[in-house]
This record gives sequence, structure tokens and C-alpha cells, in this order.
Amino acid sequence: MATIPADYSAAPPARDNYLTHGRGILSWLCTLDHKRIGVMYLVSILAAFLLGGIFAILIRTELLTPEKTIMGADTYNQFFTLHGAIMTFLVIIPGIPAALGNFVLPIMLGAKDLAFPRINLLSYYLWVAGALFSVLAIVMGSVDTGWTFYIPYATDTTMGGVIPVLMGVFVLGFSSIFTGLNFIVTIHKMRPPGMGWFELPLFLWALYATAVIQILATPVIGITGLLLIAERVGQFGIFHPGLGGDPVLYQHFFWFYSHPAVYIMILPAMGVISEIISIFSRKHIFGYHFIAFSSIAIAMFGFIVWGHHMFVSGQSTLISVIFSLLTYSVSIPSAVKVFNWLATMYGGSISLRAPMLYALAFIFIFGIGGLTGLFLGALATDVHLHDTYFVVAHFHYVMMGSTLIAMIAGIHHWWPKMVGRMYNEAAAFIAWVFVFVGMNLTFFPQFIMGAHGMPRRYYNYPPEFENLHQMSTWGSYLMAVGFVIIAAYLLHSLFAGRTAPANPWGGATLEWRCASPPPHDNYPVTPTAGDPYDFSDLKYNPQTGDYESDRGPAAS
Amino acid sequence: MSTATDAESHAVHEHPPHLAHHFDTEEQQFEADVQGMWLFLATEILLFAGLFCAYAVYRAHHPEIFYHAYKQHYLSVFWGSVNTALLLVSSFTIAAAVWCAQHNYQKWLVWMLVATLALGSGFLVVKYIEYSHKIHSGLLWGTGFNPQKHGHGHDDEHNDAHDEAHAATAHADEHEGDDALHDEPADAGASADTSAEDQLQWVYEPGGTGPRGLLEPGSAIELSEDEQVRNVQTFFGIYFLMTGLHGLHVIAGLLAITWLLVKALKGHFTAAYFTPVPIVGLYWHVVDLVWIYLFPLLYLIH
Amino acid sequence: MAEQATHGSHQHDDVGHHVPLWLLAAVLLVLLVLTFITVGSVWWIDLGHTGNLLMAMIIATIKGTLVALYFMHLRYDKPIIAIILIAALFFVALFTIVALIDTGQYQPDITDYRAVDPDARSAPLLQLQQ
Repeated sequence: MATIPADYSAAPPARDNYLTHGRGILSWLCTLDHKRIGVMYLVSILAAFLLGGIFAILIRTELLTPEKTIMGADTYNQFFTLHGAIMTFLVIIPGIPAALGNFVLPIMLGAKDLAFPRINLLSYYLWVAGALFSVLAIVMGSVDTGWTFYIPYATDTTMGGVIPVLMGVFVLGFSSIFTGLNFIVTIHKMRPPGMGWFELPLFLWALYATAVIQILATPVIGITGLLLIAERVGQFGIFHPGLGGDPVLYQHFFWFYSHPAVYIMILPAMGVISEIISIFSRKHIFGYHFIAFSSIAIAMFGFIVWGHHMFVSGQSTLISVIFSLLTYSVSIPSAVKVFNWLATMYGGSISLRAPMLYALAFIFIFGIGGLTGLFLGALATDVHLHDTYFVVAHFHYVMMGSTLIAMIAGIHHWWPKMVGRMYNEAAAFIAWVFVFVGMNLTFFPQFIMGAHGMPRRYYNYPPEFENLHQMSTWGSYLMAVGFVIIAAYLLHSLFAGRTAPANPWGGATLEWRCASPPPHDNYPVTPTAGDPYDFSDLKYNPQTGDYESDRGPAAS
Repeated sequence: MSTATDAESHAVHEHPPHLAHHFDTEEQQFEADVQGMWLFLATEILLFAGLFCAYAVYRAHHPEIFYHAYKQHYLSVFWGSVNTALLLVSSFTIAAAVWCAQHNYQKWLVWMLVATLALGSGFLVVKYIEYSHKIHSGLLWGTGFNPQKHGHGHDDEHNDAHDEAHAATAHADEHEGDDALHDEPADAGASADTSAEDQLQWVYEPGGTGPRGLLEPGSAIELSEDEQVRNVQTFFGIYFLMTGLHGLHVIAGLLAITWLLVKALKGHFTAAYFTPVPIVGLYWHVVDLVWIYLFPLLYLIH
Repeated sequence: MAEQATHGSHQHDDVGHHVPLWLLAAVLLVLLVLTFITVGSVWWIDLGHTGNLLMAMIIATIKGTLVALYFMHLRYDKPIIAIILIAALFFVALFTIVALIDTGQYQPDITDYRAVDPDARSAPLLQLQQ
């Protein structure tokens, strides 16, 4: 590792980078460059997040008072369905793998692109098609079934938007599958010299485990969506009891995917956190092998617990007991990760930059979210907590508070690499306060409400819950303010931000060795990989704000 | 691009025209392509898995429905066997096409692809024959299940009424169709006691009722003459969904093979580069594999 | 181009090892014979409802294995390909088996309901809305 690799001297100047390579809208829409596709995904997913977020704010505003506040009951049902469907299928499931993974994975591997660049572009356009179907659904008469589309209501409701949404879900499933397929083959076949499985950065282990779930689970929601469309259009009678079908079977089909789907959401998030914790503690990740294997374990265990969504559905007692027991198994690898992150931080030199702030928030919030999952996994307590706000609070803690916060952390972490600009740290801190306080204020009262019996998806509620609902709503407004501030300073950085060096945070993974933003081809020559968490050779240069490696200056 | 010096020809060889810029060697690219296709095929297997699961659940708990469908010869074992043979041979021809490409027999490659297309199209023709027979006989899913005594004279007007009834129910015009159905002698839902002798009986039961077989555990799945098998339409729901989805995959496969054929005719495939042929071949083999399981499950229930 | 083709073909004898044509034909023959056996067994053997199903599935699996190993080249590919296929089949089995167990367990609830509620028998056909 002492010799200076030849690739650095051949690095092109920063001005020629993937953003400037090729001009005009077609060069973006027809691009095969994983970095541009990642950026397009990021913009699109954040737009979908805005839409889903608007529905959320409207829902919370309606719940300010126990009676009607701003909308009718049917509208309310449509809004929570659309909020759920958009956030789940358009934002959180694709989220980190599509928006960050597409950009980062090849550069982390020292590769020039993913294995199948055209399939990558296809994956993006399938996402766009799915998004258009969802918009179409809103226009064509909306949906009010809840994002779970349980039968028989989903077949019998007269709302015209059900079929477009299901077609959107089907198409989005393939978008997800193609992304996962691409990632698996890339990690299998395109690792650089020196990078065996146990020199892979943990973000890539996480993306790999996620991709395995995407391949194995997503087709089942595909067939479920098709069958549901068939039930509605042709009255096939597979699930509808009026025609001799079995509605609980539908729930098995639905949750066989939708439970592993939540691990598609959380695993990449945990991968992001592993990277950030290590870098911002200036310390080698603790328990690399444990974290790597725990990603695979979570992926595998995630497939055998889906029935815990069905404890009160009519599922048999035997199977419910088995699922309840198995559900506990998933908590173990998750806890392993949390302990390893904490151990990484212990004795480290912690720097509280924006990515680290969000990573720390993740650990706190995920701790709560994960632990409350145990209450829900216990069959006896779940019978009381099912379909209450306790469930809503739990999944928002893990989906919004953990996955989304990790996505924000990742955006802040790789922002300099992606756009070549630094953002304003003070503004980032202020936004973080709003988001963190807002998130907890929104969802913690919901645990209390739920435990006291407040049902979910209810338009009106008994007046005793009013105070908690109002707290929750004000929390959501605070969160919204936080997101607006984030958007503001990130957009501002695009025009007026300080030019970013190649390695502003001092990371040891390969993506910090190419310029910020990277050139079109990433690396003229494949770099050799070392230990992705060994920071010993990185020295901070205060003049450039760059961490320089004595493996050779980073390409600039 | 033919060059004199070793270094340059080596350089040309290093970046052959079919090697993508992000791969280092053609072997790496080929193995990546094969892996990618197998991962996609894994998702196809899991897509059909849902239908196989639905089949398993309904057959396990309502075996009398499936046995009844078999006993009534609703499906033609002959045509099913023909279809099986067609797909098996087409699997061979596309594997042979790969062999031809590997050995640079361009003309034979084209013929093998043509043969695969012909056999696959034959499959679709047989499917059309089967489906139209079922539509004609009222052997459809859900509320469309309206069986006539197969093959033996019922007047065409009666048939047309059924077709209209079915067509009407399939569209937004619910009421007209339902009235047509309710006009039939054997009324859905009501216990069918007396009806025309040469008309088969069928009954829908809402989900709150169980199959007769389970009321008396261990009772035979064969029912006596005057007993009604309930919810036979479930069999056809599953049949049409499984064969329909499979048929769509056959069509998609034929489109892909046509694309291969066009490229093969233009001479794009040589022993140096023929990757799309085995890749599409893999997909076609899975289409065949699914049918290998569909055939005994749907046609050979005894 | 010709040089490239021959140069390439040397390289590509290693890429995608080819299955000999006679072997492909032999596999086809076996597949057709097995199909004949499956269909014919309707008349020759009766192992009971479950037995017949099992036999048909075993024969189908043999056919499928032959297609995968030889037509799909699985026998000569790297192990990861087989792992992908087996993983997919494992999850199909997992899902189907759990669904079968659960549905089997709650069938008595359905029949009990019918026994309790006499109206369930004569309930009218459900009018489905579009």
C-alpha cells in the first residue's frame, strides 16, 4: 500500500465530471450513467416524499379535533390510503437503494458502472410509470382501502382508483427487482482486486442483503396485485368469500412480501449508519463480521415472520404462536448492530457534523421503534394493540424515524460527492433540531394513545384523545418546517456552496478517492481496495478541507 | 480494425466491440449476463409460486372440486399432452439454437429459432382451441361458470344467452347479466333440487359454508349422483389464471425469440458473440418448466 | 472480422461450455418418454388420490431437473446459479407450506360457522360491484 497508484496522476480535472459530461435533457433522460440515474431517482423520490408528506400534514390537520376539521370521512380514508401507498411503494422501499445505492455502489467498488446500465435506466422508468399510475389513481376516483387492500373491501369498493394503484404497485415491483438484480450481479462480479467479501464496505453488505430480499419477496406482491386486479375485474373468486374464496389467504400473500419489504427499507438504512458512525468517530467499525452477518440474518429471518401482521385476521392459533415466537428472532441481529455501533463510538473522536447528527438520531429512534416491535410481536399484547395507534407509532418510528432519517443522513453524507458542494452546517443543525424534536413529538404521543385504545385509520375519535392528537399534529408541523429548511440549504448549496474536496469527511472507502463530483467513468483505472475502515493514513488538510491519503492524493 | 502489430491487435482483442466498457473481460460479462437472467427467472418462479400456492390450498381443502373437474373431462388430456410435447421440443430446438450459435452454424441457428417460434405458436393455437371450447361450454370462472352438458346438443340460442350473460356480467352492466343467470333453472345459492336432467348442476356457496367432504372427515371425494359439488368455479378461476399468466409469458417469449431471429438473420450472432441466444433460451426453458408442472396439476387429477 | 471471429472462438470455447447436440436430443427423448408415462399412468396405475399426485409431481420434477441441468446448462455452470434456483424454490416451498398449514388449521372454523348459522346455506349469491 505504500506505492502511489498510477490512477491518481491520470485523474481528469474536476470541471469535467458526470454532471457536465453531455448536455441537454436527452443526455439525462437517455443516460446509462448510474450517477445520473441515481440523481434522477433522488429528485423523483423526494418529489414523491413531498406529495406523501402533504397528505400526512392534511391527515394530521384533520385529526386536530375529534370531529370533522377540514375534510369529510371518505376524503380522509382516501388520504391515509394514498399517504401509505405513496410513502411505502414510491419513497421508502426504493429510497436508499435507488437514490443513494445507485450512485454510490459502483464507486464504492471502484467500478465504472453497475453490471446492467440499461436495466438500471429501465428500473428508473418503471418507477416513473408506477408513480404515474398512482397519480392516475387519484384522478380516476381514488382509493380508500388502506394501503393493504384487504379483501373483500378492496374488491367491493366502488372507488375507481384501486386498479391503477395496483398496476402501479406491480410495475414498481419490477423496478425494485431490477435494481436488486443489478446490485447482486455487480457485487458478485465487479469487485476490485483486494476486495473479497470481508473487505466489502458494510453499506454494500446491506445493499446486498436488501437485493436478495427484493429478488425473493417482490414477485409475491406482483402476483398478489395481479390476482387482486383479476378479482376486481373478472371476479375470479380466489380470495372473495362470496365466490368461495379465502380472504385470509389474501393476507398471507400480501404480507409474505410486505413484511420482508420493511427489511428492504431498514437494511440499507443500517448500512448507511454503519458507514457514518465509523467515519465520524474516526474509528474502525467494531464487529465488522457481526454487522455483515447480521444483515444477512435480518434478511433471512424477515421471511419467516409475516404472520405477525395477521394475529387477529382469522389465522389459526398454531400458526400465530409460531409466528410470534419467530418474530423475536429478528430482534437479535438488529440489536447486534446497535451494540456494534455504540461500541464503535466508544473511545472514538466524535465529530457532530450533520450526517452524524442524523445517525445518532437514528440509533435513538430505532431503539424505540425496534423495542416497541417486541410488544407487537407478542401475541397476547398484539391482540389489544393491533389496529391501534401503537402500531402506527411503531412503524413510523422505524420507517420514518429510522429509514427516512438514515436516508437524510446519507444524502448529507454523500452530498459533497454527488454535487461537489458543501452545505451550511449551521442551517443543517437547526433543521436537524426541528426534524428530531418534531418526529418524536409527532409519534411518541401515538404510542400512548394506542395503548389507551385509540384505533388507527379513524376519522373521528373520543375527546379524551384530543390533547395527544394535537401534540402529534404540532409535532408534524415542526417536522415539516425541518424538511423545508433542509430543502432550502441543500438547494442553496448547489449555487453558493463551498466547493467540495474529494474527501471532506475522511472516509476510507473507495468513493472518497475519486473527485467530487466524480468524472463520467468514475476511475480511469480500477483502484486497489484496502480496509474500508482504516483511517490511519488519512491526514486532514485544513487549507482544502480535504482528507489526503498517503496512498496518493485523491483525484482532484 | 485489422492491425499489424501484436500490441495493437492485443489492444483490439482486449476491447472487442461487444464488451461493455464497465466489464474487464468477455467471460466476466457473459457470466454476469447469465447470473442476471437467472435472478430474473428466480423472480418468475416466485411469481408463479403464488398461483401454485393458491392451487395447493384449494386442492388440499376442497379436493372434490378438482376431482369433479377431472371426472367431467372439462379439460382435454389430449390437447394438454400435445402442448406439453410442443413445449418440450421447443426447449430442445432453442437449446440446439445455442449449440448452432456456438459452432457458428448461422443458417441452422436461424432454422432452430424458426422451429422454436413455430412450436411456441402451435402451443398458443392449442390454447386458443381449448379456451374457445371452454367459453363455448360456459366453463369459466366466478359467476361465469355455467356449464352445459359438454359436447352434447344444447341449442345455440341457449349458448348465446349464456355468452351474453357472461359478457354482460363482465362489464359494468351487472344487473342485466345477473337477471340472465337467475333465469337459468338451477339457481345459484338455492339448493338445487329439481332441474333438467341433462343439465349439470352447480352451486355457489358464500364463504361461510364449507365443502361437503370436510363435514365428514375421511369421506370420499367422489360424490354420489345427486350430490352437488360446490364452488367448482374455483377450479376454473385457478385454471384460467395459471394458464393465462403462463400464456402471457409464452407470448413474451415468442416476441423475444422473434427479436433473436431478426438479429440472427442479419448475422449478428457468431461464435465470438451470441450471448442473447442462451439468455433468451434460459427464459424459454423456464416457460417450459412451469408448464411441466401445470400439466399434471391441472389435467391429470385422478 | 474473420480474424476476430476465429480469435474469439478460441476464447469462447471456454465461455459457455457447450452441451453436445446428441446429449440435448437424448434428454428430449427422455422427457417425451416421461411425459408419455405420466399421461399413461392414468390408466395403468392407481395409487390413490395423494399417491397419484405425488407420482405425477416426482416425474415432473425429474423432467424439470433434466431441463435445468442440460437445456439450461446448470450442470456446467458455477454453483452460484444453482444456489439462486434452489433459494427461489425453497421460498416457494416455505410460503406454500405455511399457507397450507394455516388454511388447514382454520378450515374447521369455517365448517363450524356453517353448522351454527343455518342461513349461511341459503344465502343469496353475492352481488359484486365493479
